[in-house]
Amino acid sequence: MSGEPVLQARDLRVYYGTPGKPVRAVDGVTLDIGESEVVGLVGESGCGKSTLGRGILGLLPEGARADGEVIYGGRNLVTLSPRELRRLRGPDLGLVFQEPMTRLNPLLRISDHFHETLKQHEANLSDDEIRRRSLETLGRMGIPPTRFNQYPHEFSGGMRQRIMIALALVLRPKLLVADEPTTSLDVIVEGQILALLADLKRNFGTALLLITHNLGIVAEACDRMAVMYAGKIVEEGPVREVFADPAHPYTRELLRSTISLETTELHSIPGAPPNLIDPPPGCRFHPRCPDAMRVCAQLVPIEQRLDGGRRVQCWLHGPERLIPADGEQPLEREAIGVADEA
Amino acid sequence: MRPEAVAPQPEQHADEEPLVSIRNLETYYSIRGNFADRLVGREAGVVRAVDGVSLDIRRGEVLGLVGESGSGKTTLGRTLLGLVQATGGSVEFEGREITGLPERKFRELRRRIQVVFQDPHASLNPAMTIAQAVGHPLQIHGVEHDRTQLRARVADVLERVGLAPAEAYLDKYPSDLSGGQKQRAVIARALILNPVLLVADEPVSMLDMSVRAKILELMVALKQDFELTYLYITHDLATARFFCDRIAIMYLGRIVEIGPAEAIYADPKHPYTQALLRAIPEPDPTRAVPRDLPRGEVPDAASPPLGCPFHPRCPRAFEPCGWESRDLRDLLEFRWARLAGEPRVEEEQAVVGDLDVLDKPAPEVRLPAARGRKPEEVVALLERIRAEDPQEPFWKGVARLEASGSHVALDFHLPQEPRLEPVGDVSVSCHLYDSAASG
Repeated sequence: MSGEPVLQARDLRVYYGTPGKPVRAVDGVTLDIGESEVVGLVGESGCGKSTLGRGILGLLPEGARADGEVIYGGRNLVTLSPRELRRLRGPDLGLVFQEPMTRLNPLLRISDHFHETLKQHEANLSDDEIRRRSLETLGRMGIPPTRFNQYPHEFSGGMRQRIMIALALVLRPKLLVADEPTTSLDVIVEGQILALLADLKRNFGTALLLITHNLGIVAEACDRMAVMYAGKIVEEGPVREVFADPAHPYTRELLRSTISLETTELHSIPGAPPNLIDPPPGCRFHPRCPDAMRVCAQLVPIEQRLDGGRRVQCWLHGPERLIPADGEQPLEREAIGVADEA
Repeated sequence: MRPEAVAPQPEQHADEEPLVSIRNLETYYSIRGNFADRLVGREAGVVRAVDGVSLDIRRGEVLGLVGESGSGKTTLGRTLLGLVQATGGSVEFEGREITGLPERKFRELRRRIQVVFQDPHASLNPAMTIAQAVGHPLQIHGVEHDRTQLRARVADVLERVGLAPAEAYLDKYPSDLSGGQKQRAVIARALILNPVLLVADEPVSMLDMSVRAKILELMVALKQDFELTYLYITHDLATARFFCDRIAIMYLGRIVEIGPAEAIYADPKHPYTQALLRAIPEPDPTRAVPRDLPRGEVPDAASPPLGCPFHPRCPRAFEPCGWESRDLRDLLEFRWARLAGEPRVEEEQAVVGDLDVLDKPAPEVRLPAARGRKPEEVVALLERIRAEDPQEPFWKGVARLEASGSHVALDFHLPQEPRLEPVGDVSVSCHLYDSAASG
């Protein structure tokens, strides 16, 4: 991590209420995001990535409860009032969603969107200053000044996503959370936008939490990565090290199942992420883990720190002293069929 | 049983009659304009979704149809299925012309041609059980009415797509199934009539990475099992690599490159194919994000670029590629976006004036200077821009740039339409490989 963390999550928990037991979508997550750092958050659908991204910003749906700490600027966001949070969102913490079409008001020109956003948070700005800052930020995102007064429908999907990112960046946030920002875009446009996001550091000094299911994107755009499974961060570390030598079997299996031009053999992970109402005991990945040992089905793994600033929650990395006798024997179990497929 | 489908080596069947033969296919959509236009039945324009495509699908092969959104790949598939009407050209299926067939005849044909769409969640009726949904085609086509028989056939096909034991799925509803399981059920429904051709439109794009491989492997296995021919429609050249015998790359309604998969991946010829391959994110952090991707996005198909449709984004475009008025607008707008925040942007905008005169596609431009400015000033500005980046392909297209009376006269080399022509193992539609154009 480079420099002081902008934001620190400590043992963050987010539960959704259901008629029965709560869904533990984020279950004890600790994560630091450094200044100007690009952190990738990966995992399959239903592992709690989006909930974590929103939980960090205090943007939780009705019926959700957060617990633990999210420290930003010396304050715990989890305990802030909605009003105080709203004041931070925008100038300090920004969010970019997957569907750019649904986030722009079709009745407002692009210039109106910027005017409203800037006036909301910096009421003293003159119209000239608003225009100058908006055009500069849009330009960095590749939107020419000649299109400032157009409406959202006059732009393509990729342009709209550029506009959304510009709209978040115009307030110069310290941290931007981008939730699958390129998923609905074409591959060339995706590449263009990734290049812009990877340059946020240089151009805006903004830290980025990039939520994605695509490990190729993490490899190309991120400094550090956190792998999430069933509500927990099971591995975290610098991207190069994690890719070169994944410490958690889940990370390794995810990497192997990514299909790219270099892939020579198809591979998939049997089974699916568990439901988060009643997750499996011990390590939550153990029913799908090719390396599972007896201890994995009995005890929740304890986070271990590895060389090179990495951490992992997996009994393969110890601590030895807590593993019961016979605990390292391979786990006997039934084969996983299509019945459990994701 | 057709013996040739057991060991599918498409190259061996080159002389054999193709399963599907598409010639100069055109599928145009008319755009309705505003309310007044609609009232009098006036059309506002036409989108050439498929614009003169010719290709064969050989028995037992997997043909990949690859392109970005707006390339026309999905429309081509839908035309083949009779879901949209071709507006020109011909499609022969098993030697029989199928364009213009009435819906009643097409319905018979759909026993032979089936489809799997992208979104498994939207492809199954939430109120039907899996047994009802998968058995539905047998009822619609009047193949099987006996309920016990129907259920047995559904159970059989479910097991063949991996939903085993079938009893565990027959009475479930789509909401009980995961994404991968739903896509298996959708594939089962497509296969229950024993089709010869399966059109698979982005069948794994909506699925998690962890199950994509499973569904791809299933489709490969089913190809043998059911002696299928596939048209695999996708934007993803990485998955296509595992599956396709041949690849056709589409851009704005046309095929720009087509050939054996190995040749396309080993030595992509068209600059667009090269860009598509370069843009796929590689899970290797020792590589940086590619910075040399084509600029911009796929243009509006209602008003495609002159000449080669890819020329405005092409890093290797040159004189004959179709330079025109809108390219000047793009040049200025990309520049002003890049320089945003610098005072010279406003100064330059003040010199050039209104860009809307450039929106009508034409290989020559008569651009008035802004009010109170001289055309000489505009020419000087353009020359300055040229001097800053003389390598920019746009300038290769410029044949004449001078002040002429009250206007700037900007003439481009005349656009030439590239044609799909054989180059080595593949066919490419690009002037780089066309001796007449580059000579």
